[in-house]
Amino acid sequence: MRLAFKIALRFLKSGRGQTVLIVLGISVGVAVQLFIGSLIQGLQINLLETTIGSSSHITITPTNEEKTIDNYDRVLYETEISSQEIINISAAVDGPSNLDYEEDIVQILIRGFNIDDADKIYKIKDNLYQGRTPQGKDEIIIGRDLSVKSGLKIGDDALVITPGGGNIRLEIVGLYDLQVASINESWLITNIETAQDILAIDDKITSVEMQVREAFDADIIAEDLSYTLSQANLQVDNWKDQNQSLLSGLNGQSVSSAMIQVFVLVAVLLGISSVLAISVVQRSRQLGILKAMGIQDRDASLIFVFQGLMLGVIGAFLGIALGFGLLIMFTKFAVNPDGTPVVPIYINYGFIALSGFFALASATIASLIPARISSKLNPIEVIKNG
Amino acid sequence: MANIIELKDIDKVYGEKIKTQVLFGINLEFEEKGFNSIIGESGSGKSTLLNIIGTLDKPTDGKVFIDGSRTDTLNKSELAVLRNKTMGFIFQFHYLLPEFTAKENVLMPYRIQNYNITEEIDNWADELLDLVGLTKVKNNLATDMSGGQQQRTAIARALINKPKIILADEPTGNLDSDTSETVYSILRDINEKYKTTFVIITHDKRIAEKTDRIIEIKDGKINMDVRR
Repeated sequence: MRLAFKIALRFLKSGRGQTVLIVLGISVGVAVQLFIGSLIQGLQINLLETTIGSSSHITITPTNEEKTIDNYDRVLYETEISSQEIINISAAVDGPSNLDYEEDIVQILIRGFNIDDADKIYKIKDNLYQGRTPQGKDEIIIGRDLSVKSGLKIGDDALVITPGGGNIRLEIVGLYDLQVASINESWLITNIETAQDILAIDDKITSVEMQVREAFDADIIAEDLSYTLSQANLQVDNWKDQNQSLLSGLNGQSVSSAMIQVFVLVAVLLGISSVLAISVVQRSRQLGILKAMGIQDRDASLIFVFQGLMLGVIGAFLGIALGFGLLIMFTKFAVNPDGTPVVPIYINYGFIALSGFFALASATIASLIPARISSKLNPIEVIKNG
Repeated sequence: MANIIELKDIDKVYGEKIKTQVLFGINLEFEEKGFNSIIGESGSGKSTLLNIIGTLDKPTDGKVFIDGSRTDTLNKSELAVLRNKTMGFIFQFHYLLPEFTAKENVLMPYRIQNYNITEEIDNWADELLDLVGLTKVKNNLATDMSGGQQQRTAIARALINKPKIILADEPTGNLDSDTSETVYSILRDINEKYKTTFVIITHDKRIAEKTDRIIEIKDGKINMDVRR
């Protein structure tokens, strides 16, 4: 075994040009695989973050006639104990209303939150570009697009026509920009009490929103949650059910990325295998004499397995380094006008380890064919043919 | 004196569809410590005979006994061990491992059975290299040596495991006559010093005449067997 290793090492050292070529082949393969994999992962995480990062992953809504949840403290409590994966639970009081400003009356959506809770989901404070969050009663914030359209500014009173037909004046204390035009145009964010007043639903709420640690587990967690909730007439929705087309897009991307990676690996495997197979032929004299001197077939094949293994290790390390180089270059040169990378690269150590492991595995598998040839080689063939 | 090699009714046929018989009912014994030569024209079957003795080839029919045990029934792994311990090979085309130095090549047969080199074996390798006159170039790669030096390295290598038998196929085949003389005198010295049995194939009559026994193979049969 140790002799096989020593011979393998010596073979690699003496065939330096060939060794460098194979190592380069493996490292380019690993680098491309790492680069594409990380890029697609970064892309997906980025896309997911933009799409659902600042929205509710799971939402509890009532199915009763009034569309309200009574006794919501219990619902909040049950949500909290349902799963450790659930975070950022926020009660909401939502309802349509109309905003009457000088030129027009537009439909808006009253959204009453406990601002500190909702901020964890919607990042309201981070996206507030003027003023402050609503704290007292009858204070609201409105979005950039609505502010531009209606001409309303901080300090102005907004005249809201309640669903019941009454009018109510609310003081604008801040302007937000949640970077989604439809939200910026329609949401009037206020506290729970104000919203309950406008919508005339007493001490009830209309939904419970929350996020989960692993967005892709939302459907499973939502199912558990619906079993945990004791109150009847509640429906639990999750983002995955509501975004099937996004999910299938992401899936398609994952599959195509996996396909590219598999083909790169196959190419690497074939490359190593063919070069090692040639090297068996080149070394058939040496193998013949080693066998005449009494080396066991197992050791004769181990020589090539060790070669594959060593090439795999060196190739994997070099490839990972090269892949990182590519990623760094990509984040440096492929940038948006503001200097941020087009696709923020996401470094997944597990994926890198897996990539290295695959390189190693393919190098070893590739060495099996030459190892077999080496094992089968009959010394008499070599000796007879000079 | 006891026989170290015995061949009984050896036939060898090559080919599956078109059969070519190379050896016909060969019966041959070699005594311990003998210095024997096999001569014959090319294609006579002498190399095949040597390869069968060396267990590198199997007879189609007949029995082979090496040092008292039958070899044509052993499996590949058992044969490898037998070759490693009992026999040393010297071929016309040296067949050193070019990736290794002269001394590493000499130590290779020992390493095959035992990776760690003891001081005793290390000294023995040096002694052998000294015997064949290669002390100065022992750390050269095989490719950095002359043909004669490579062949002498191969001789030292054949001796490292102190085998009972050394099989040599045209060991001086591509060496000039002076070098051939040197190589033969080394082989003769070894035979006398370590009592090793030699079976040497040669086409050089002058060399054959210096051996204790000359066997001529013609058309796959023993044509002549002379002892001196």
